[in-house]
Amino acid sequence: MKAPRSVSLTVNGDALSGDASPRMLFSDFLRDVLGKTGTHVGCEHGVCGACTVIVDGVAVRSCLMFAVQAEGADVKTVEGLADGDELHPLQKLFSEHRALQCGYCTPGMLMIAIDLVNSSDSLSEQDIKVGMSAALCRCTGYEGIIKAVAAYAEQVHGKPIKRENDNG
Amino acid sequence: MGVIAVAGLTRITGWVFDVVSELQKRANPVKPPLLDILAPSSLAEALSLLSEHGDAAMPLAGGQSLVPLLNFRLSRPDILVDLNRIANLAYIKDVGDQIAIGAMTRERAIEESDLVRQVSPLLQEATTQIAHLPIRSRGTIGGSLANADPAAEYPAVVLALECEIVVQSVRGERRIKAADFFEDILTTALAPDELLTEITVPKAPVGSGSAFVEIARRHGDYALAGVAAQITFANGAPTDVRLAVCGAGTTASRLTVAEEIIQRYGVGAEAIKAASDAAAASVDPMSDLHASADYRRRLAGVMTSQAVEKAAQRAGVRS
Repeated sequence: MKAPRSVSLTVNGDALSGDASPRMLFSDFLRDVLGKTGTHVGCEHGVCGACTVIVDGVAVRSCLMFAVQAEGADVKTVEGLADGDELHPLQKLFSEHRALQCGYCTPGMLMIAIDLVNSSDSLSEQDIKVGMSAALCRCTGYEGIIKAVAAYAEQVHGKPIKRENDNG
Repeated sequence: MGVIAVAGLTRITGWVFDVVSELQKRANPVKPPLLDILAPSSLAEALSLLSEHGDAAMPLAGGQSLVPLLNFRLSRPDILVDLNRIANLAYIKDVGDQIAIGAMTRERAIEESDLVRQVSPLLQEATTQIAHLPIRSRGTIGGSLANADPAAEYPAVVLALECEIVVQSVRGERRIKAADFFEDILTTALAPDELLTEITVPKAPVGSGSAFVEIARRHGDYALAGVAAQITFANGAPTDVRLAVCGAGTTASRLTVAEEIIQRYGVGAEAIKAASDAAAASVDPMSDLHASADYRRRLAGVMTSQAVEKAAQRAGVRS
């Protein structure tokens, strides 16, 4: 019963399937079985956020899920963001605001930011700082990341975000 | 010559070792122990699997604590009974003077629930402080309670609010008072064949104010100490004081002496100071990598005064 079983799911709109033993983590399945190596694996126990992907509309840690649990799931990974050579608006903003240096945390940062911004209709700078604390970056000092996500929130919500020095 | 041969042999042995371990990693790129996952689609099926497999099986809720515990080999079940395919275990229902929350309700659903915000602001505020958004996307209230991490938020909340925890097994249903549920670190009153299925949360009384405050080294980490407070006032005087602490002992616990002080002497600065000191004196925290026992004890006191002040302000009693 611990033998591998087939897992079928949708990744970035494509119907895919592969074999996974029950104990295989979803992060390893994405990378090693499906070849979707854009999703990075850092701490492998839910702390660093590098492996964050969107499953059925919400950002989750792919290292805290088993591959077999993704049966039938609709998954979005960093590979699904750009449209051909045209980067996703958030990817462009990460570039403009120098929101990455080594880039290891970036796939997770992007997926978290997309869920954070799209699941809300209004965010303050503090909300963005708290929300983006879901992933660790060891290069940038976070300033660029916060700026890029704030600019993305302004694009998506169509209004300026509330800054910390604003009243109220 | 001999030295060179030994060095060469060491290098070759090292190289062989590297290749073998790399191949093993590729063949088996996983951290959790060997286990099987069964995913029943009904509660009845889940209960019969837990009954059949006893100690060898463990329920898998959101997995946000269990998967790391498996990785670290702190938990080694042969079988995980995955509850995620059981549709009717996730709900938030209004049932008179209480709300009933299904065990598989995601923390994120609780955080975003208008009903919870209206009738149990303490539960709502505590939920926003659990880890991070992607963790709350999958983490569940039932999983957090059954895991009984002493630093987790929900055990303190259900103790403070005197919630009831509904558990089921093939032997039937029992309702366990929160006060009787947490036994020790990561240990609850649940028998191996029992499944936590629902939590009932009494609605906050009229005239009450609440606050959940915690402190952690980094936002989203487990709290070094946290306090849940819900205080009901009549004509400016406390009539019902609920205080519970997390992160400062083997389980979350009520701060009964601090409660009595606030109940008797109100929410003036002196009473809050006395309650804070009493809270610090009553906890028995452990030292660990993150903080010494003394520091946690101090924090339990500070969190108590902050929680009481905030709860009183929100009830309109303190400015």
